Amino acid sequence: MNLQKLIFAVYPYIALTVFVIGSWIRYDSEQYTWKTDSSQLLSNKGMLLASNFFHIGILSIFGGHFAGLVLPHGLWLALGVTDMQHQWLAIMAGSVFGVMCLIGGGILWLRRMFNTRVRASSRASDIFILSWLMVTLVLGLSTLPVSVGHANHGDATVMLALSAWVQSILTLNPQPELLDGVDPIFKLHMFFGLTVFLVFPFTRLVHVLTAPLNYVARSYQIVRAKRTS
Amino acid sequence: MKIRAQFAMVFNLDKCIGCHTCSVTCKNVWTNRKGVEYAWFNNVESKPGIGYPKNWENQEKWLGGWTKVNGKLELKAGGKLKKIVQIFANPNMPQIDDYYEPFTYDYARLQNAPLSEAAPTARPVSQITGEKMEKITWGPNWEDDLAGEFEKRSKDANFSNMEKEMYKQFENTFHLYLPRICNHCINPACVASCPSGALYKREEDGIVLADQDRCRGWRMCISGCPYKKVFFNWESSKAEKCIGCYPRVESGLPTVCSESCVGRIRYNGIILYDADRILDAASTDNEQDIYKAHLDLFVDPHDPKIIAQALADGIPQSWIDAAQKSPIYKMAVEWKIAFPLHPEFRTLPMIWYVPPLSPVQSQIDQKKLPTESDGCIPKAEAMRLPVKYLANLLTAGKEEYIVSALNRLIAMRSYMRSIHVEGTPDTRALVNAGISEETAKSMYRYLAIANYEDRFVIPTSHQEIQIDDYHAFQGQNGFSFGNDTSSGMSTLSLFPDRRKESMEPREPAPAAAPRGK
Repeated sequence: MNLQKLIFAVYPYIALTVFVIGSWIRYDSEQYTWKTDSSQLLSNKGMLLASNFFHIGILSIFGGHFAGLVLPHGLWLALGVTDMQHQWLAIMAGSVFGVMCLIGGGILWLRRMFNTRVRASSRASDIFILSWLMVTLVLGLSTLPVSVGHANHGDATVMLALSAWVQSILTLNPQPELLDGVDPIFKLHMFFGLTVFLVFPFTRLVHVLTAPLNYVARSYQIVRAKRTS
Repeated sequence: MKIRAQFAMVFNLDKCIGCHTCSVTCKNVWTNRKGVEYAWFNNVESKPGIGYPKNWENQEKWLGGWTKVNGKLELKAGGKLKKIVQIFANPNMPQIDDYYEPFTYDYARLQNAPLSEAAPTARPVSQITGEKMEKITWGPNWEDDLAGEFEKRSKDANFSNMEKEMYKQFENTFHLYLPRICNHCINPACVASCPSGALYKREEDGIVLADQDRCRGWRMCISGCPYKKVFFNWESSKAEKCIGCYPRVESGLPTVCSESCVGRIRYNGIILYDADRILDAASTDNEQDIYKAHLDLFVDPHDPKIIAQALADGIPQSWIDAAQKSPIYKMAVEWKIAFPLHPEFRTLPMIWYVPPLSPVQSQIDQKKLPTESDGCIPKAEAMRLPVKYLANLLTAGKEEYIVSALNRLIAMRSYMRSIHVEGTPDTRALVNAGISEETAKSMYRYLAIANYEDRFVIPTSHQEIQIDDYHAFQGQNGFSFGNDTSSGMSTLSLFPDRRKESMEPREPAPAAAPRGK
């Protein structure tokens, strides 16, 4: 088994399995640890900009990856989006939200490393995961010039190959050979991205799974009774 | 009509001596852990002052509590959608420095320091970072006994609509202590602010709790509570608040702050209210009428119709008995001498306060103050404490309620004085204040004598009707399967663990030298 096969045919399954099972176990038996780990009480400086930029950026990037890679190619064509329009859209949205996330995340990283209070309250996993996300993000942004190069030549093959590979993984038919002609910078970004799934259940990232959107629909007051009848 | 029982308290400010025993006992029992060193579920403020956290009463700054938007009750900081939009960074979040940076001292240094000319000092150490602090500039009770300049203390929001400059002068200065805990509100803004639904009000006794497992640390309750009595544990990233000492209260014991109060100012009891009218009361148009609407929520526990309804709503007979003997009902409803703190926040708080008297003895001796007919006890308006200030604190600025309560307290004194000093009862002051001799004697018993069994009328909880299978809880702690006793401390755990020790100077003190040879 060569490295390409290991990383792009086996590793995704390890990462996704740990992601699903690990999150499940943690949600089931370690509710107390399931939290945002906010440090806003200790340092609020610049948080309005940094935290909003980071969160909006990273959530949009996740949504973009999902739309571009997981949703079937045919859906886009049916919606009347040509491959080139798709690619330019991905480049535009990716750069806007990527830069947004980079600015916000950069400030958050500096704060976590060098603000003494935030640093003192940080666990190793907090520093690790933020740093890892930032490296993944920078690698993702580094793919932009390559993508722009492809787009300028009207070449959407790499984008389609990446999408086909993701779908091959998700349909339990891994085809790492689809990535043969893909620039190494993409592969590095993908490895870092897959690892985010692997470490996800062991970090504070889990809080995204319990985004409290149901708050909008519930009544303000909550009364709990011990009495069951 | 739906009758619910509420565990409530009254604090008699007239007798609070500001000894902080309540704060210290509470601290030792509930918040001497890492992450909540700065949190005081119970604190005692010196008023006038900006308090803890700084300027907590100024809701223009913090946007805590409720307000009315287009005739509808709404959270002052904005509705649910706005909360979701602001979830990445809460713009109203207080900072640790608004409370104070928790600190300890490097005590070991006092014993470890090498021999020197000057005595060694124990320097302050931050309990967050563990680093030495240059200078402590704020603490949990920095304004104790009116410490600090008037300019800073007079930022106190209760000075609104007052000419405060004259209180700067020594002759006119005034002071009261304000012990504060969670108000276990009937319309809690913290519960309403919580996006995850972790905060809740208990149906049985109305105690407001933060579910530690359900809390995700979205920190909206911290800013939502207008009393700033929900705290963010910076270590666990969870909301923590006064739990009304529910394990004690369920067993019929008073809260530790109440039990340990040396001034005997705290009363614990049950009060019944109509839960169907909560929204109407909290939505009262005029801020100054909220106190009255709040009072109207309470129902008479002696009324047979109310008793029948209460039983139908599942309130045990022992709780109805306790409600009939409740010191809270007597002071708040029958005598009208206790008031909710800042009713204008619209949370319908359930810790009520008896306003303090503040006679100026030397002025009375010189016959310079208008007094009651006995010539000894001064009139309410002649007190050192401006009525307007008390009104801003307790009745949204409406002075007549405060004057009436002070007059009753004074009349009771005048009447009891006539019995004990003159030997003949003089009821003139009572007539003016509109209370009977019987009431005055009862007030004397509850306020002056304040026997333990009068102060604390707490029915035990009825676990047997609340839990389907109470035997199921046997053996849940101690040795068991599952991780219900897990401390989350395992250092090898794959999951993030909870660190428990508080930050202390690591340098150990030297062992004592062996005595003699």
